[in-house]
Amino acid sequence: MNNSNTSTHYDAIIIGGGMSGLAAGIRLSYYDKKILIVEKHFLPGGLNSYYKRKGRIFDVGLHAVTNTFKGKNKQAPMSKLLRQLKIKKEELNLSPQLNSKIHFKNKTLNFSNNFDTLKNEINLNFPDDSKGFEDLNDYILNYNEVSLESVYSSSRSVLSEYIKSPLLIDMLLCPLMYYGSAYEHDMDFSQFAIMFKSIYLEGFSRPKEGVKGIIDKLINKLHDQGGELRYKSGVKRIINKNAKASGVELESGEIITCDQIFSSAGIYETKKLIKECSVFPEQGQLSFVEMIFILDKSPKELGLKDTIIFFNKTDEFCYRKPEKIVDINSGVLCCPNNFDYETELDDGIIRLTYMANYDLWNSLSKEDYKKEKENYMNKAMEQIEVFAPEFRKHIVETDMFTPLTVKKFTGHANGAVYGSPEKIRDGKTELENLYIIGTDQGFLGIIGSMLSGISIANLYGLMKSN
Amino acid sequence: MTRDEIRNAILEIIEFIAPDEDLSELKGDVRIRDQIDLDSMDFLDIIMELRKRYKMQVPEEDYMELSTLDGCVNYLETPLKDA
Repeated sequence: MNNSNTSTHYDAIIIGGGMSGLAAGIRLSYYDKKILIVEKHFLPGGLNSYYKRKGRIFDVGLHAVTNTFKGKNKQAPMSKLLRQLKIKKEELNLSPQLNSKIHFKNKTLNFSNNFDTLKNEINLNFPDDSKGFEDLNDYILNYNEVSLESVYSSSRSVLSEYIKSPLLIDMLLCPLMYYGSAYEHDMDFSQFAIMFKSIYLEGFSRPKEGVKGIIDKLINKLHDQGGELRYKSGVKRIINKNAKASGVELESGEIITCDQIFSSAGIYETKKLIKECSVFPEQGQLSFVEMIFILDKSPKELGLKDTIIFFNKTDEFCYRKPEKIVDINSGVLCCPNNFDYETELDDGIIRLTYMANYDLWNSLSKEDYKKEKENYMNKAMEQIEVFAPEFRKHIVETDMFTPLTVKKFTGHANGAVYGSPEKIRDGKTELENLYIIGTDQGFLGIIGSMLSGISIANLYGLMKSN
Repeated sequence: MTRDEIRNAILEIIEFIAPDEDLSELKGDVRIRDQIDLDSMDFLDIIMELRKRYKMQVPEEDYMELSTLDGCVNYLETPLKDA
């Protein structure tokens, strides 16, 4: 296809080549819409991406794919997703997790892809709450968490109706918040329900080749159907008149016209592209640092047998933008090796994620930025040694990303990984043909983000337009 | 296309969207979604496939008429007469 011709007009332009943008693009192009995805970065994936360094591929964002369903559950979110994208489950080549932990100061709960593991652990550790937990589970099973009309309700207050122990409430919230909440200290209950189902009821898995395996599959699909994707094509402005968008102007000055725009850039970030827009939503504040260690031994050989450990060392679990540059009291440790692959990964890998403060990182001089990175790299190693005492000797390579890295590669204000706390469920904006997809539409996790792109593309790109 | 041909074309599409379902007992006058496991996304795909394969335009307000197999045949008979 000839891209040099500036007169090309598209049925839809999709801003962002992450999971939601790719999924929306696949849906629209399958049904013969002429679409273009514009991606700012030189690689696809957005929040769930990867990069190459010294011959290795590093995953960013994604620790694991959620919503791992067994057998032939047609109603499972991943099942719907694959049907919608016309991809077979086998093509994703997913391997299930081994065992994960919610590891708090005085209590630990194991969970696996078998929900009974968590149920038994709660019976054992919180016998007074085992009935409440079952009732909560029943309530969630019947809850329509993907309604496009849902409004905010506090998870903490819903949970406290079922569960007496504040510690158990914190423990149940911990993994779900880390893997998707843009709210501090609490989370919207419909998002809690999405994450509860996707993590506790269904579970984790990972393709052996990491997130790149999934992204490559999506991109091949898109290209096969004639969908176009352009890298290094940041959008400078959404061209609009009388509450209607007519196209985008790229950073390069190039203008591309279209009938509809689907933006995965975030609500705040998208509104900034509309010149006349003056009402801005609340900006997300939650960002992370992550340290990645490549080892010459597998984590298992060093004593780390779990897939993912969500830990918290204080009396109360604080999920919020820390006052310090990094909060080392709580975090997530992931061992990509500890999935049930047919053959082992070549390298041992450990990833450790902590909550971090964007503003403080942003205020550092170049020199101090480097120093703080080293400082927290060391603190991370001390933390990992708690689980794998000998691990330091086996490090062959390290890397680290900060909130500034997140900002650079995702474009999210404040490096807010999960975007704005304010979500737009129906995807509508003040421009009648501009829609929000992805993180800020409010379906969470990797499967949620793809379903977001699909749902909004279906509704406005396929049903309402002919 | 004759009514029988249209019926077969629709069954072919349903089979494509929901390959695991047994369609041999599908009744013409009962909602398709009440007989086999289809969600709203699958239902949309049936309509989209009609559009894709037969270049049909089906406005959203007409979706209801396509909820049964007989309804589909009736709805499509005129536009697909010469297809």
